Amino acid sequence: MSVVTDSVAAPADATDMVSVRAVHKVFGHGHDAVHVLKGVDLDVARGEVTVILGPSGSGKSTLLRCINELEEITGGSVVVGGDLMGYRKDANGTLHRLHPKAVAKQRSRIGMVFQRFHLFPHMTALENIMEAPVQVRGLSKRAAKKRAMELIERVGLSDRMDHYPAQLSGGQQQRVAIARALAMDPELMLFDEPTSALDPELVGEVLSVMQDLARSGMTMIVVTHEIGFAREVADHVVFMDDGVIVESGPPSAVLDDPQEQRTQDFLAHVL
Amino acid sequence: MSSNKTPAGDPVPNRIHARPVPRPGRLVAAVVVLVLAAMAANALITNENFRWDVVWLYLRDIVVIRGVMWTLVLTFASMAIAVVLAVTLAMMRRSDNPVMRWVSWVYIWFFRGTPIYTQLIFWGLIAVLYPRLSLGIPFGPELFSFRTDDVITAFWAALLGLALNEAAYLAEIVRAGLTSVDPGQTEAAKALGMKDGKIMRRVVLPQAMRVIVPPTGNETISMLKTTSLVVAVPFTFELTYATSAIGNRNFLPIPLLVIAALWYLLITSILMVGQHYLERHYGRGFGTATGRRGRGTGPGGGKQAAIAAAGTVRVDITKEVTP
Repeated sequence: MSVVTDSVAAPADATDMVSVRAVHKVFGHGHDAVHVLKGVDLDVARGEVTVILGPSGSGKSTLLRCINELEEITGGSVVVGGDLMGYRKDANGTLHRLHPKAVAKQRSRIGMVFQRFHLFPHMTALENIMEAPVQVRGLSKRAAKKRAMELIERVGLSDRMDHYPAQLSGGQQQRVAIARALAMDPELMLFDEPTSALDPELVGEVLSVMQDLARSGMTMIVVTHEIGFAREVADHVVFMDDGVIVESGPPSAVLDDPQEQRTQDFLAHVL
Repeated sequence: MSSNKTPAGDPVPNRIHARPVPRPGRLVAAVVVLVLAAMAANALITNENFRWDVVWLYLRDIVVIRGVMWTLVLTFASMAIAVVLAVTLAMMRRSDNPVMRWVSWVYIWFFRGTPIYTQLIFWGLIAVLYPRLSLGIPFGPELFSFRTDDVITAFWAALLGLALNEAAYLAEIVRAGLTSVDPGQTEAAKALGMKDGKIMRRVVLPQAMRVIVPPTGNETISMLKTTSLVVAVPFTFELTYATSAIGNRNFLPIPLLVIAALWYLLITSILMVGQHYLERHYGRGFGTATGRRGRGTGPGGGKQAAIAAAGTVRVDITKEVTP
């Protein structure tokens, strides 16, 4: 595979949870091809919270989806927890695509929370949380239920555990979705605009659950437009535009003293 | 408008007690329709040519009951085979493999595109087309061989004919059901590390069933009556042929037709009850008439249910997500 650069060989820093190297993503072929990611490098240390900001269409969601293999990358490499995602490299350096089962196993260690929740509507809140531990990990129903009840308490919804998603508010659904992702004991949590589909008064309850999670030492990558959350919770803020990372650093630097014109323009619009 | 009749404790202090719009046409229409219905019922009951005594006599005849049993066996066995085949065909249509997609398309094209009656005649003639069936290596030596007549009896020809035809229709219903499930569901399941087979069984199919069950119930009811065509094979034990045979023998075709109609109606009614419960089972979590609904808790509970039941708003106004 010629698209893979030499940087694949570079050993990941031992403290790095995520190491994204020169990632390109092209959707479609020929004339319809859209080049969404144009060489992205990103490192996230264990226990660190990284917030990705940027205008819509800048490739933030795509980057997130490439990290857990929901999208196959076109070039570069993604390493999560020391594992090359989606491929096996043989002694000659040739890449072999992993079997879907192996990819599924890699994904099971990464939790993801979606903008539109995507709870399973035919299952109660508790059943949603129990589903993956029982079906993927082979946990007994009893053990999964015990764990699910702990998690649903952690997101403050013990009194709603027998409700179907349609009977919950958006904020409650998103908290159940976070508990569902946590049930797999992920090493890394990805949040794809978790509060963008919520009414303004429900945003706070979801952000506070995420803040608690960050405090507990979870490694998190969060795509969001909540600048306040970025300022308070993030260790790193990354600003993306047009498929590349324009600027990154601690929140105080990127948010309060942006060096790049594009970052300044964006922040002027959202703040 | 007046408020003088408002009882004490009414939370609406100025409740409207207006006179309704006069609608004399409604009453007239109801009377006309009732009179017509009474005339029709009278014409059915009092006409001696229906021979209700004969209807009652043969309704429980052993040949008729056997006909009912064969009709039920054909209906349920062919639907069962058709459902399995249809799910396979629908998944082939959605496959990444172009050969699978193409084969499924051709199958559906052929079996939907030719009349079931013609197909049944063909299945009846299969022994003429292929007198011997054999198992062996494709285009190579034979291992076993049978006389077609011994393997494919009239019953099996009828069953296969009905099932293979029905599968083509059901495959499109299943495909529509699978397509109706939000792709986000598959993504969420993938992100949890579920494998494709599990995603299909645990997440996609249960949701697709909500869309698949109502038309499949319809198809089952339709199949019940399509079984009367297996005389084309010919298979002669099912209800329509059994009753008309008695009718022809006794020169009383009309009461025997009525018997067949009554049995079909009875079975259809039972199927409708079953369909109602199936729809309720697969509709759980989707708002209408689920078991756990109506507890009156949560924003989707009692209040929203009452608003929805009024039928005056089309969208769920308390939901903050755009659908």
